[in-house]
Amino acid sequence: MTLGGWIIMTISVGFVTGLLAWSLWKVLTTPGSTEHLHSQMDIQTPDVTEE
Amino acid sequence: MSTSSVITQPRTRAVKETWGTRIGVIMAVTGSAVGLGNFLRFPGLAAKYDGGAFMVPYLIALVLLGLPIAWVEWSMGRYGGSRGFNSAAGIYRAIWPSPVSTAAGVLAMLVPVVIYMYYVYVESWCLAYAIRYLLGGMNFGLDPSRYEAFFAEFVGLTENGLAFRAVDGWWIGSAAFFLLLCFLLNFYLIYRGLQKGIEWFCTWAMPTLVICALIILVRVLTLGTPDPSKPEQNILNGLGFMWNPATKSKSFWEALANPQMWLEAAGQIFFSLSVGFGIIVTYASYLKRDDDIALSSVTSAAGNEFCEVALGGLITIPAAFVFLGPQVIENPKGTFELGFVTLPNVFNHMVFGWLFGFLFFFLLFLAAVTSSLSMLQPAIALLEEGLGLGRRASVAILSFVTAVGSLFVVYFSQGLVVMDTFDFWVGNVGLYILATFQVILFAWVLGVDRGFEELQRGAEIKIPNFFKFVIKYISPLYLLAVFGAWCYQEFWANPQTLTKIIREPAAQAAVLFLLLVAAFFTLIVNQSVRRWERMKKLQQEVAP
Repeated sequence: MTLGGWIIMTISVGFVTGLLAWSLWKVLTTPGSTEHLHSQMDIQTPDVTEE
Repeated sequence: MSTSSVITQPRTRAVKETWGTRIGVIMAVTGSAVGLGNFLRFPGLAAKYDGGAFMVPYLIALVLLGLPIAWVEWSMGRYGGSRGFNSAAGIYRAIWPSPVSTAAGVLAMLVPVVIYMYYVYVESWCLAYAIRYLLGGMNFGLDPSRYEAFFAEFVGLTENGLAFRAVDGWWIGSAAFFLLLCFLLNFYLIYRGLQKGIEWFCTWAMPTLVICALIILVRVLTLGTPDPSKPEQNILNGLGFMWNPATKSKSFWEALANPQMWLEAAGQIFFSLSVGFGIIVTYASYLKRDDDIALSSVTSAAGNEFCEVALGGLITIPAAFVFLGPQVIENPKGTFELGFVTLPNVFNHMVFGWLFGFLFFFLLFLAAVTSSLSMLQPAIALLEEGLGLGRRASVAILSFVTAVGSLFVVYFSQGLVVMDTFDFWVGNVGLYILATFQVILFAWVLGVDRGFEELQRGAEIKIPNFFKFVIKYISPLYLLAVFGAWCYQEFWANPQTLTKIIREPAAQAAVLFLLLVAAFFTLIVNQSVRRWERMKKLQQEVAP
């Protein structure tokens, strides 16, 4: 592996790991954040209960 | 449109926040985005475009396109939802009532539905591999070529219709059999509205997948030189193959000059984060007015990117290099071959490899189920809202359309030409056009200030104002520039894809099929627009 390879790997893996760590820190330290956070899968579409 | 459709179901989480509930939310938010693209599609593209060089357009696309477009879709979806629309066509027209919005609404149906047609096929491969591991059907010994031969035969790479036949007389069945299983499972779950149950399951399944991937990563990084007769096939050279910015045949700058690499890097970001699909706008339309969308989207994207780059990027290509050599990676027979040929080779070199093989492919299958279910919801929302159909009728129509498409993909399996054609025109070009439209709609029609107001309402983090500039100028120009350069190359300088379509009957049939599906959704969207206009007129007449 060349020096360029090490640099690209460090930046790429470091950036995504850092972004994940920052996001998790925000979720864990922001009071009340869990009540307002959403993902696609936890949204129950209302049409399911309409029929 | 259904007025009740804007009501969001109350959350069932405990009122008192604990670390347990927070970790549960993190698992649900990050896990929901993980899918086949992370471990299977990304390594294939990285190998195709020389690894290290590919990461440059990839990371730029993440910051300048992926995250901004995710915010755009969540914001526009919630904005449209508060006005009573859940389908992408309705949401676009709520912001800009024009024929362009109607056309984009058609594309927003075409993209997730067509991607579902081949995505479910890959999902079925994961299920088949998991079951074969569990029942001892993946024990092909130490010869890497046997795994390659099995994959080629199983998915029908060498001959059309081969995927309908059982491989090596094994009783469990053919690829088509597993496709049928997945198809029935997906439509049962979507018909019964069981996403909630799946979400609960995935809250625990996704961390297990990540732990599994971390163990595999440690094994790959400690492989050393498994075959002493091939000392050059060692793990350090494997990592170099993935991350080195230059190759023997191409310099770093030559690799960066390829517009198709920029297009596909952005396409991979869209695919991974599910942006540009028309999916997020639909789901966001069901949110409450003050729900967070800023931190949710960043957390989801971050979890997804970690799995893709830090796990997918460090496992598959280095392992493929070590076991199969650079020639296999340089000339893959399909985007997904690395994942389905290389990883079984890695498992074969591990203690309890069959167990890891089963767990990995089964958990990946679950991840794929969550993604494929979300691809169906936009079309269901349109059929319900635009034609006034119930959920059962909508699911029935959609199951017929997608079944025809999936059968088309599974039958014309030779060289995976149909799947690649679908992926190219819809998974890349279609996503690009839709993403460009959405950014322009948000920044220039809704207005970037108004859009940011929607984004920041209820947000747990403050999005820097710098991103207003990015969304208004940089993202649309970036999309248009890369797409323009790609069009020049494909239609003028080096028309490889067009040549393929002219020469290969299967590719011609695939394009014709795409046109037919587009015509079908055009009819549905136009009918929906007429219905919305009638209702609007009626409301105006009733109103004092």
